[in-house]
Amino acid sequence: MDDSILLAHGSGGKLSHELVEKKFLPFLANPALNKLDDSAIFEASGRLALTTDSYVVNPIFFPGGDIGKLAVCGTVNDLTMNGARPLYLSLSAIIEEGFLLSELEQIVRSIKKAAEEAEVSIIAGDTKVVNKGQADKLFITTSGVGIISPGVDISGANARAGDKVLLSGTIGDHGIAIMSQREGLRFSMALESDCAPLNKLVSQMMEVSSRIHCLRDPTRGGLATTLNELAWQSKVGITVEEAKIPVKDEVKAACELLGLDPIYVANEGKLVAVVDPADADKILARMRKNSYGRHATIIGEVTNEHPGKVVMKTKLGPSRIVDMLSGELLPRIC
Amino acid sequence: MATIWEAMCLAVPVKIVSINGDEAETEIAGVRRRVSIALTPEAKVGDYVLLHTGYAIGVIDEAEAEETLKLFEEIASLSEVH
Amino acid sequence: MKFIDEYQDNKLARGLAYKIAQRSTKTIRLMEFCGGHTHAILRYGIRQLVPKTVEMRSGPGCPVCVTATADLDKAIALAYLPDVIITTFGDMIRVPSSYSSLQQAKAEGADIRIVYSTIDAVEIAKANPGKSVIFIGIGFETTAPTIAASILKAQQDKIENFHVLSLNKLTPPVMKALLDSGEIKLDGIIGPGHVSVIIGPHPYEFIPRDYGVACVISGFEPLDILLCIDKLVEQIEKGEPKVEIAYPRGVKPEGNRKARQLMGKVFEIGEANWRGIGIVPQSGLKVRGKYERFDADKAFSVSLKPPREPEGCRCGDVIRGAAMPPECKLFGKVCTPESPVGPCMVSSEGACAAYYQYGTPENSQGF
Repeated sequence: MDDSILLAHGSGGKLSHELVEKKFLPFLANPALNKLDDSAIFEASGRLALTTDSYVVNPIFFPGGDIGKLAVCGTVNDLTMNGARPLYLSLSAIIEEGFLLSELEQIVRSIKKAAEEAEVSIIAGDTKVVNKGQADKLFITTSGVGIISPGVDISGANARAGDKVLLSGTIGDHGIAIMSQREGLRFSMALESDCAPLNKLVSQMMEVSSRIHCLRDPTRGGLATTLNELAWQSKVGITVEEAKIPVKDEVKAACELLGLDPIYVANEGKLVAVVDPADADKILARMRKNSYGRHATIIGEVTNEHPGKVVMKTKLGPSRIVDMLSGELLPRIC
Repeated sequence: MATIWEAMCLAVPVKIVSINGDEAETEIAGVRRRVSIALTPEAKVGDYVLLHTGYAIGVIDEAEAEETLKLFEEIASLSEVH
Repeated sequence: MKFIDEYQDNKLARGLAYKIAQRSTKTIRLMEFCGGHTHAILRYGIRQLVPKTVEMRSGPGCPVCVTATADLDKAIALAYLPDVIITTFGDMIRVPSSYSSLQQAKAEGADIRIVYSTIDAVEIAKANPGKSVIFIGIGFETTAPTIAASILKAQQDKIENFHVLSLNKLTPPVMKALLDSGEIKLDGIIGPGHVSVIIGPHPYEFIPRDYGVACVISGFEPLDILLCIDKLVEQIEKGEPKVEIAYPRGVKPEGNRKARQLMGKVFEIGEANWRGIGIVPQSGLKVRGKYERFDADKAFSVSLKPPREPEGCRCGDVIRGAAMPPECKLFGKVCTPESPVGPCMVSSEGACAAYYQYGTPENSQGF
C-alpha cells in the first residue's frame, strides 16, 4: 500500500477493502466485525443504553493519548455514567486525503488497546475519505451500546439535598495537555491527558453501594459546567469548596499562563458522583483503590437552597456563584 | 465568555532559567515558556520576572516580596491578639 | 507557585480584613482603574472581606471596554479589506459594534486571528508576505511597550507588512478626567499594578496634590488588594492623602525606564476617544511619523458609517463608575455572556462580566 490515504480508499472498491483488511481488522478483530456484513448482529436483553459521539480533537496526537483512545474512552464513559456496562462500539472515520497510513495504524492500535482495557468490542465500522482540505486530518464518530442491570437508576435528575458530591481526581489535565501542544508550553514533568475508561471504576463503586444517584464525566466545559448541569437537571443547589478541588501544580501554572480557570477545563478520565451521604465514605475508599480514583475526594454537597445554582466557597472564605461555561473556552478539545 | 481570562493587566511571575539574546526560557511550577526580555535587558538567570503577553515587563524584587509577606504575618498576628 | 500562592493565604487575608475593619470609621469610596483589579476584586470576593464603610467602584480599566465603537467599527472595516489579516487579543472578537463584530466578520470569511502576544502577530506577518497584517493595538501602559517593541522588531527584521492600529490609551489622564467631572466623589484610588510597573508612582502625584484623593498602587493577589485598601483607609482616616506603593515587589520608584524609552521612541501622545467618556486630551498613543509605515491609520483608509451605540446599554456609565452592573436593566436578562449587548459583558476585565461570573448568591446575575 502507498504511504498515505488516497480518495480511492473511500470509494468502496479494492483499496477500501484493502484498507479495512490491513489497517483495521488485524487490530480490532472480533467475530461480529470479521464477518464484514453491512451490519453487526448481537443479542442483548434488558435495559439498553445507546450513546453517540464525534471526535474532532486537534492535535490528534497529544501527551497521554490520541483521537482513537479518546473516541473509545469517551464513548465507554458516556455509557458508564448511566450505570450501564459498555458492550459494543461502532466507529466511523472521515479521513482527509493525504493522511499518513502509518499514523492511521498508530491510531487504530490505540483504539485496540483502549477497547481491550475497557473490555468492549468494536463491531461495526465505516471509513470515508474526503478531498484534501475538506476535513482536518481525521474525524471519528462512534456509537456505543451498554446494558443496565435491573434496579440501577443513575441519572443527572436524581440528586437530593444532603447528598455528597465526589470527584475522582485532579481536574484540568486533559485540556491543559491539549492546550500546551497548541500554545508551545513545555512541561519539565510530562503532563498527560487523563484520558481513561472509567467503567471498571464505576462497577467497583456500584459493588459497594446501590445509592449512587448521579454520575457524570466533566468533559467539555469542565467541572463547573457538569455541576451546573446536575444542579439544573435535579433542581437542587450544589455547594463546593474550592480548597477541596484537586488540581496539579503544573495545571495550575499552565492555567495562570494561559489565562484559564481549571474548573472550566476539559477532563477525559474523571467523574463526578453524587451519592447518599451514608455511603459516601465507603464509595470514596473503594474509588481510591482504583488507579483512576487515587485522588478521589469529597468536594461538596447538595442542598435545597439556591436550586439550579452552584455556589463555591472560595479559598479566602467568601462564596461565589459558579456559572456554566459560556462561549468557547478551548475549541476542538475532544 | 471569558473564562479565558486573557487579562491584559495581568502578569504572571516566572523564573528565568536561561537567556539567549533578548529571549529567555522561563519556568513556573514545572511549566516552561519562552519570553522576550526586550523590555527588561537587566534580567539575569535566576531572576523572577512578570510575564505579560509574551514579554517580561519587570524584574520582581524578592527582598521587597519578603518584606511584604512579613508585613502580612505581622498584621495577622496582631489581629489574633485581639 | 512562587509569588502567587503566598499572597492568597486565608489566615493572612483575615488578618488584613480585621485590621481594615478596625481602622475604618467613615464611609469612603474607592475606585480601581484596572480591569485586572476589577476581575480580581470580584473573583476573590474582596467586597465581602472589607467592612460596609468601604464602598468600591470600578473605573475605566478594561482595554476592550474603553475602546470606542467608532474605533471598533474601523477595525472591522479593515478586516473586510482584501489580503488583510487582522490579529487581535481575544476579547475584542465578540464585542458587538455598530453594524457587526469581528467575530461576525470572521464567520463571513475575513481572516481574523486571536493572538496572545504582539510577537505572534509579527510572526504571522513574516509567514504571510503577500498579506497585510494589522494588529489591533488596545491596552494601556502595560501593553504599549510590547507593541512598541514589536514595531521595532518588524523594522529590524524588515517585515514591512506588519501594521498596528494604535488604540492604546494612558491611565493618569483618564483618572484626571474622571476626577474633574466630579460625577462620582472618590476618596481613594486603587492604582493599577502593572501599568505602574512601567510608569512608576510619580505620574499619580497630581491626585493627592490637586484633588486631595489618596492613591495606593496595588498588586493583583487578594492579599495585595487588601493591603492596598488598608493603606488607603489609613491615609483617608488621617486626612493625609499621598501616592504609595503597596506592590513594592513589582513597582519601583523609577518604573521601567527601558519600556518607557521604547514607548517614547515609537509613540507620541495625542487625544483618544474613550467609550462612555468621549475625547480625553493627551490620553492616547499614536505612532510617530518616523514609523508611519507601520501605522494602520496611515497605510489603510476605510469609509465608515456613523457609529451606533447599543440601545439600553449602560456600559458607558459602568465604565465611569456611575452605575454598578446590576443597576443596568439589561444586566443578566437581555445582556449575558452568551448574548452580550456591550463590551463590559464580553471582556473578562469588564465589570459586568466579572459581576455576572462571580456574583454572590445574594446579588448575582440580577436575581
